[in-house]
Amino acid sequence: MEYDFENMRQLMGEFIPHMAAMGLELLSMDDDGAVGKIPYRDEFVGNPDTGVVHGGVVTVLLDSLSGMCIVPLLGGMAKTATLDLRIDYLKPAVPGEDIFAKVHCYRTTKNIAFTRGVAYQGDIDDPIAHAAGSFMLTRS
Amino acid sequence: MKLADGFAAARQSGDLQPLMEAVPYFRWLGLKAERQGAELITILPFQQMLIGNPMLPALHGGVTGALLECAATISLIGAMDEPKLPRIINITVEYLRPGRAEDCFATGIVTKQGRRVANVRAMAWQGDRKRLFAAASAHFMVN
Repeated sequence: MEYDFENMRQLMGEFIPHMAAMGLELLSMDDDGAVGKIPYRDEFVGNPDTGVVHGGVVTVLLDSLSGMCIVPLLGGMAKTATLDLRIDYLKPAVPGEDIFAKVHCYRTTKNIAFTRGVAYQGDIDDPIAHAAGSFMLTRS
Repeated sequence: MKLADGFAAARQSGDLQPLMEAVPYFRWLGLKAERQGAELITILPFQQMLIGNPMLPALHGGVTGALLECAATISLIGAMDEPKLPRIINITVEYLRPGRAEDCFATGIVTKQGRRVANVRAMAWQGDRKRLFAAASAHFMVN
């Protein structure tokens, strides 16, 4: 169960170019799941008439945290490859507000990890999107 | 620019680029769209900031998802009698192989156009079109 949260947070924020470019932040990570956020920025808008952020931004956040939340369960020793990720868009994001997400791994088998999580703004019980992912594991 | 202006400009010129330019997120990613014969191809020119795994290096999976969502949307708009922005309901992205540090291409096929909902399949490749690196299926509200 050895992993270093501070290390992971820095990795996401500084060394992964796309996460750094989006300002994606890892806020917490434990057996309960990974929590992170993407700040609202005008350049992330998908509909210029409404100011609503593009679904792709939500996908980047949920994809990132889905991959991350597996790491503590494996002692940081495995390689993971995403098999698939399904996103349900439950309602439009409120313009001007940051987007948060929490994803957890609810099952691992010898070869596969299954994840689910939500993206939300104020209230985690009133999410803007739901994600379900599966990942191939390569144990070292 | 308003979305309607992007649509109007795209319809007038037959060029989709004004529509792409009207969407800030597409502009930020550097996404382009081109008509090639009967197909609409969405292009994501490579940039260092698209990398999600600097060790391999490989594109960020979320960017791949965004590209496929965009290609599905563009292909659906292209198939509409009266073009407007469809609202996405959900998308399932299949990751087939890592996205290399190269330009990406994607297109979509409207597998079913209903009155309220459209089903779209999207495919993404780099270099060899027969070697897809990701695919997706998506549902959109169209009314």
